[in-house]
Amino acid sequence: MVDVELSDAIRLCDEGLIEDIDHAMLPPAPDGTPPEEDFIEGALQPCAVATITWSTIYAFNEEAFPEDGAQPATIADFFDTEAFPGKRGVRKWPKAIMEMALMADGVPPEEVYDVLATDEGVDRAFAQLDRIKDDIVWWEAGAQAPQLLADGEVVMTTAYNGRIYGAQVEEDQPFEIVWDGQNLDLDLWVVPAGAPNRDAAMEFITFSTDTQRLADQAKYISYGPARRSSFPLVEADMQPHMPTNPENMEKALISDPLFWADYQEELNQRFNTWLLQ
Amino acid sequence: MATTTLAPATAAASDARDGRGEALRAADGTPLKRKLERTTRLSRLRAFLLVVPLLAFVVVSFLVPVGTLLWRGVSSPTFATHMPRTTAVLAEWDGRAVPGEAAFAALAADLVDARESRDIGKVATRVNRELSGTRSLFTRSARRAERIDEGPFRAAIIDIDEDWGELELWRAMKVASWSVTPAFYLQALDLQVEADGAIARLPEERQLHVSLFWRTLWMSGLITFLCLLLGFPVAYLLANLPLKYSNLLMIFVLLPFWTSLLVRTTSWIALLQSQGVLNDVFVALGLAADDRRLQLIYNQAGTIIAMTHILLPFMILPLYSVMKTIPPSYLRAARSLGADQVTAFRRVYLPQTVPGIGAGSLLVFILAVGYYITPALVGGQSGQLISNIIAFHMESTLNWNLAAALGGILLVGVVLLYWTYNRLIGIDNIKLG
Amino acid sequence: MALPSYAGPLERAWYYAFRVICGLVFFFLMMPILIIIPLSFNAEPYFSFTSGMLAFEAEAYSLRWYLDILTNGMVAPDEPFGRAWLADMWTNSQWVRALRNSFFIGICATALATGLGTLAALGLARAEMPYRTAVMSLLISPMIVPLVITAAGMFFFYSAIDLAQTHLGVILAHAALGTPFVIITVTATLVGFDKTLMRAGASLGAPPRTVFFKIVLPLILPGVISGALFAFITSFDEVVAVLFLAGPEQRTIPRQMWSGIREQISPTILAVATLLVFVSIALLTTIELLRRRSERLRGTAG
Repeated sequence: MVDVELSDAIRLCDEGLIEDIDHAMLPPAPDGTPPEEDFIEGALQPCAVATITWSTIYAFNEEAFPEDGAQPATIADFFDTEAFPGKRGVRKWPKAIMEMALMADGVPPEEVYDVLATDEGVDRAFAQLDRIKDDIVWWEAGAQAPQLLADGEVVMTTAYNGRIYGAQVEEDQPFEIVWDGQNLDLDLWVVPAGAPNRDAAMEFITFSTDTQRLADQAKYISYGPARRSSFPLVEADMQPHMPTNPENMEKALISDPLFWADYQEELNQRFNTWLLQ
Repeated sequence: MATTTLAPATAAASDARDGRGEALRAADGTPLKRKLERTTRLSRLRAFLLVVPLLAFVVVSFLVPVGTLLWRGVSSPTFATHMPRTTAVLAEWDGRAVPGEAAFAALAADLVDARESRDIGKVATRVNRELSGTRSLFTRSARRAERIDEGPFRAAIIDIDEDWGELELWRAMKVASWSVTPAFYLQALDLQVEADGAIARLPEERQLHVSLFWRTLWMSGLITFLCLLLGFPVAYLLANLPLKYSNLLMIFVLLPFWTSLLVRTTSWIALLQSQGVLNDVFVALGLAADDRRLQLIYNQAGTIIAMTHILLPFMILPLYSVMKTIPPSYLRAARSLGADQVTAFRRVYLPQTVPGIGAGSLLVFILAVGYYITPALVGGQSGQLISNIIAFHMESTLNWNLAAALGGILLVGVVLLYWTYNRLIGIDNIKLG
Repeated sequence: MALPSYAGPLERAWYYAFRVICGLVFFFLMMPILIIIPLSFNAEPYFSFTSGMLAFEAEAYSLRWYLDILTNGMVAPDEPFGRAWLADMWTNSQWVRALRNSFFIGICATALATGLGTLAALGLARAEMPYRTAVMSLLISPMIVPLVITAAGMFFFYSAIDLAQTHLGVILAHAALGTPFVIITVTATLVGFDKTLMRAGASLGAPPRTVFFKIVLPLILPGVISGALFAFITSFDEVVAVLFLAGPEQRTIPRQMWSGIREQISPTILAVATLLVFVSIALLTTIELLRRRSERLRGTAG
């Protein structure tokens, strides 16, 4: 079995590369709520079951912006090198940063994808990115982001929230997450078509996506459970680190897998061309 | 070499044909001509048989894979395979106006079948490469096309989504329906093919590859030049020192040559990164401020420095082996005949090193244009070469056709350079250490 | 290259300047390789010298990254050292597993490349070989074609015949990449080969097989061994084909370094790199000794 992002799960399913998953095999919530209602929106797919919600956020190093001075607080601050000078780490991939650029330019989260589907919208996003282009250090693997921040190569970086949490808790790094403008996404279990131990894989999915198990995984990393019934079971000291914590959701964008299925190719090409200029 | 040894045999044959006197005979009475021919053929065959196992191995494990890659660059059977009826209709269609009922009926049937066989995603991906934003149109429409029981199909499908009435979409489908297509090679050159066969440039904001090819060429050229600049004096020194010293110094060239590529790349990261050794030295010497450290890596500079270091031995070794054969007395003779040092070097020594310069430069350039690992690790964004975008399409966008087409173009370039190398220097003269 | 007695002051200055330039180039060549050795003993997780290291304080140096090579990935690295610990390391340590893969793949690929390559070189060195240049160019081409192209092609073809993500697939790929080196080194040895020796052997009544094993092989052996070492280092250092063809079961040392550099740079990489530098020193020494032996045998040593 494989852990994939939502847009990949949809695409794999369309191309017949993964097994169908029978939602009836999933256990209901402890109070009897059927899985169809218990799982959050988008978490149950014909060929995939979500386990966690995670988020692309940006984080800064408090050594660069100490608490007694001005600290970045909004998504617009990430694109403002005058108020907050220094290098920025960004994932070398259009997804998430394009949305962030538009939100920094004042587009409300619910309109982001409509704007980004137009040529002018894409230009607008690149115009924002142009402001920080010379200060960007690109990263590709998730572990690089906290590494860049820790090494002082950058003062702030986009990252997966769990990676930053790991560095905060395990390595005691002075990192701070800015939740404003976060991009929420899901990770889902899928089973490759024709997998040799298909039944065992399905059994594991049933086991690992029940209410308790999903709540338990949040002990280890700050990714939110995909079931509503798991929320209250997450330990209190973990709650503020969850991307789905109401306080963190004030200006959050839910990543749209259909948009990316349609425009990934073109935006990749434009993104790479922009990088080259 | 083969020709020189064939000469006696052909000479004997022409002698016999001239009919000058009685044909010579071997001890057992067979004509010498035939006997000689047979021996030659046999020894040729024997030599060839020794090579056959490796030749077969290289063909299967290397040449066929490379051939597969070239074929991938033009082969795109997805649409034609999974949308057979639509493909047949599109082949007849002139591309001027949105086609009629028959095309829509074919489309409806194909959509339903492709959804059932779970191939609709592949079809959608293929069309989306020609016209962005149409992927979900296909998957969505295929779901709903099941409910269309009878015609008129045109109205029913446009009712699902009015985009189906767009000429642009049908043209994109026509291009996608060619199972052998120039589309990917054209895209690799920032061009696109239209439904009527016309070729147009991609819009400026999507012109990516040609400038990347140029960057690869000029950066490889610069790296070759830097290798020559650094390698020439060292090769000269090594060739003119007593063997005792030159053997010792040669280790300085050979050790890097034998050291893992990843080790050397890692060292450069340790040296050049902003919290690295070199920047620490600069800060300690007061050449750079602690908060304004120099960006020496994850950019073009990083790629150029690390690649020059890695490819330098490939320049020094051929230069050295050529310079070794130039007798130092030539230079002394020029001096004694009144040439000053510069003239003697320029007019007498330099011309004799040209074969070495050619061999080293071509080798370094050939290796540089295809480099992947080092730019990927230390090149950041501005130091990426064409190989990196090929790997990117292989691993990230999964547009393998485009990766194959880009690879095909790069391969043609490299093969041309290799051919030049063979012509000018000869394949026998590649030396290793 | 001593300075001639008639040299003027300008020439003298240039003479010394030239040596300084060469010295700098040698420094450029060697320094990156040597610098990682002290850095790998850093007690802190940094890629640069700490002030403690520069002051030669003992506690600024440590072997922790070398220990990390062994323990990273182990189930119970903190258990007392003993048989169980060793078994755990052998099966679970990521670097040890990668090393085992590297050696297995490297040795198989080398054997294949050396066997086929030597045979072919014997054929190519014969004057009667038809289409010699064309065949030779073809056989050398794996060295010239950019690795990304080769690896991508192999990925397409080997997946189609179910060889991707198998040890055999990686071995075949590495053998193909290693053969050019064997051909080049063995043909180079054969160029200076005195053919009368073979005829002498045959005329004294030795059958062809005896001639090969008693006369030819001992003479070309240095070339064969250096070719084999080249093929081995090619496989041992190769990462692009591994990236495209190998699954998690075929992770090699360079593959492990690749993800280490891209994802989580820690001085463990420097410790591994230091060990690899010593491997290359050992290989280089072997090659040099072979080369000198071969030159002595052929009487061409200068």
